[in-house]
Amino acid sequence: METVVFYVFAALAVAGAIVVVTHSNPVYSAISLVLTLFSTAVLFVLLHADFVAVVQVLVYAGAIMILFLFTVMFLNIRPEAFKFDSKYMKFKISVFMVLLLFVGYFASLGFSRGLKRSYTESVDFGSAKGVGTMLFTDYLLPFELTSVLIVAAIIGVVAIAKRRDG
Amino acid sequence: MAISIEHYLVLSAILFLIGAFGVITRRNILIVLMCLELMLNAANLAFVGFSRALDDMTGHIFMIMSLTVAAAEVAVGLALVVAIYKHRETLNIDVLKLLKG
Repeated sequence: METVVFYVFAALAVAGAIVVVTHSNPVYSAISLVLTLFSTAVLFVLLHADFVAVVQVLVYAGAIMILFLFTVMFLNIRPEAFKFDSKYMKFKISVFMVLLLFVGYFASLGFSRGLKRSYTESVDFGSAKGVGTMLFTDYLLPFELTSVLIVAAIIGVVAIAKRRDG
Repeated sequence: MAISIEHYLVLSAILFLIGAFGVITRRNILIVLMCLELMLNAANLAFVGFSRALDDMTGHIFMIMSLTVAAAEVAVGLALVVAIYKHRETLNIDVLKLLKG
């Protein structure tokens, strides 16, 4: 059962990602990105990360993608064909880089052999209670610092968007 | 039979590389931002996968931090996109090279 769910949603995630990269219309790209992010949320549930899965759906698939879709529709841009020919050299370089990354990644997978395999099936693992306890005890300072980051982002966005001289 | 951590890591790598490929090849700045999100999402998947394998929830905390940074980045990035589009009427990153002497 777990295996089937993993493969189905892994395939959905990869398919969505491929559509994001290749589709000419940004609206379809954004919708496919929602599919990928949602499939990833299902995989988080498989990894016993319930709270993180909920946050993924709410923040990523909800808020961030709404922002993307709003911008795409606000700007009213024409679809642009996905073509390789004009930047042929750049294409070859990028394919080479991607393959290199892939080879390096699979080589490094050998180092993950020593990871612990026996899970202590703790009730709190990945729950809102477990994550919240960690967030408000051990990681209180980083958690508070993210609020500074968000305030900086809000002020920056308002400052950029409010300019009238454009 | 449970899915091993390697499955998640390979899936994360595939998603990350698709995103990296998109960032390098696509010319529309909006799509480039979406591909960046794809890469961040793949990194998050690896965080949560390792968190499960090591039985340590620090990975979840890190994923939430990374999500916050991604949200802030998207907000600022899209505001810049709107400002650029108002100013230059294009989103092609080959045309937007004003800083290049």
